[in-house]
Amino acid sequence: MSLDDLYREVILDHYRNPRRRGALEHPDAHADGQNPLCGDELSLDLAIDGDRVTDVRLQGRGCSISQASASMMAEAIAGKTLAEVAALTHRFKVMMEIEEGDPGIDDSRPGAALGDLEALRGVRRFPVRIKCADLPWATLAQALEGRPEA
Amino acid sequence: MSDLSRLRADFPILSREMNGRPLVYLDSAATTQKPVQVLDAMDAYYRRHNANVHRGAYALATEATDLYEGARIRVASFINAASPREVVFTRGTTSAINTVAYGWGLYHLRPGDRILLTTLEHHANIVPWQLICRHTGAELAYLPLTGDFRVDLSGLAGLLDERVKVVGISGMSNVLGTMPPVAEVAAAARAVGAITLVDAAQMVPHLPTDVQALGADFVAFGAHKMLGPTGIGALWGRLDLLEAMEPAEGGGEMIRDVGLFESTWAEAPHRFEAGTPPIAEAVGFGAAVDYLSAIGMDEVRRHEADLTGYALDRLAAVPGLTVYGPDEVAERGGAVSFTLADIHPHDLATILDSQGIAIRAGHHCAKPLHRILGVPATARASFYVYNTRDEVDALIPALAEARRLFGVA
Repeated sequence: MSLDDLYREVILDHYRNPRRRGALEHPDAHADGQNPLCGDELSLDLAIDGDRVTDVRLQGRGCSISQASASMMAEAIAGKTLAEVAALTHRFKVMMEIEEGDPGIDDSRPGAALGDLEALRGVRRFPVRIKCADLPWATLAQALEGRPEA
Repeated sequence: MSDLSRLRADFPILSREMNGRPLVYLDSAATTQKPVQVLDAMDAYYRRHNANVHRGAYALATEATDLYEGARIRVASFINAASPREVVFTRGTTSAINTVAYGWGLYHLRPGDRILLTTLEHHANIVPWQLICRHTGAELAYLPLTGDFRVDLSGLAGLLDERVKVVGISGMSNVLGTMPPVAEVAAAARAVGAITLVDAAQMVPHLPTDVQALGADFVAFGAHKMLGPTGIGALWGRLDLLEAMEPAEGGGEMIRDVGLFESTWAEAPHRFEAGTPPIAEAVGFGAAVDYLSAIGMDEVRRHEADLTGYALDRLAAVPGLTVYGPDEVAERGGAVSFTLADIHPHDLATILDSQGIAIRAGHHCAKPLHRILGVPATARASFYVYNTRDEVDALIPALAEARRLFGVA
């Protein structure tokens, strides 16, 4: 596994030019995520209308993997229904081998439906960094906790 | 070091490969590697001498007790303690600091009293005192840093008034390498009736240490940062203070008499060693100080100062690299923390790891210090007796690779 597979161009682009930065004035859901081992921090604001995520804003500091994952996640979930967000989260975790796959997901390319996020697949070869990639997703789950998924 | 390759042969792990490259271990500020002399001493203890200490009325138990107490004598002599009774074995530096916080602080501090720390402290010398403040109503105050990473003593006279009862200060920063003027601060603390505790987790392993000359009241350090095993450390304390101090933990081994409703305590140091202690670890600790004494702590310091100076020179030539810590080798230890352009330290650690180089990335258990430095994390290379200039050299192409991967011009 070469480092060039880890530090893909799209990851560095999201790290250097993070999308959807900022905060919402009146978020419908919010969570702060932290990795206490490394100090990475993330603050996530969501606007939710009915069962749809209508806006996503992020602030935080951290490594290229956590920040790129956050930026890509924000782009991926904006405009999606909560059920679609849950499905996306599952797909991401299957790709990262955090969750078991299921028949609906192609084993050879579990990130096929994930767009830019598929670039993070290389991270699973670097076990200590999987937590970095998962930080925004764990923060998202925290923000949505208690909401019916569909 | 007169014969570094022979010394390195004592450390089996240093001949390992990581990710297809020879291991370059530059994380000794986190934990050091262990020589065969330490491993063999611990192995021999379990194979030939294992029994519980201070209680068996048979010859094997006497052997185990002699080995355990023998280790205490070695550690005491290593730091020039006036008596082995001044050396309490603890689980490590953190537990040594907590022993003072809960054995002295809890009983002596009152609302309005102050505990004076510095802003470069490790969490281990901050959080126990925050907990004690909650119990006692005492307050924390901090000596700040200067712009050149030294502890700023210009305001010491103003901060160190009669409200201050405890001064907690690092003997060597695990992030910056800074060596605060501990003796000067301890003398000033004594003048206002405060006790001084030195977090010596990085000091005792790297500098010749004479606790009597230092003038502090307590000195805390751990074995695993000085070639010994994890799970054991030491609290040195002035005997009169230890004798007047309450135990932070109760249990077997630390008592004189136990009744159903009241008990009395054993004398120091056993008063502070409740339960069966880490005996094999004490034996390993003793073997580690023997190993360091055979090299000589002046030589340990000379070797590390050489490597640190060399590393600072080589890193200064890397474009975009910032070192956090004093420039002068004479004023710092061998922990060299840095950042490289906008590359996050975790990414640096991953890239260096792919070249077989082990460094630490993160806040190094010093979050308040990193907030002051204005960075969420730093990368840290740190050195010990077994490191070589070649290993410092290995950093340079690895950092160039990081620049290439991140497209840093």
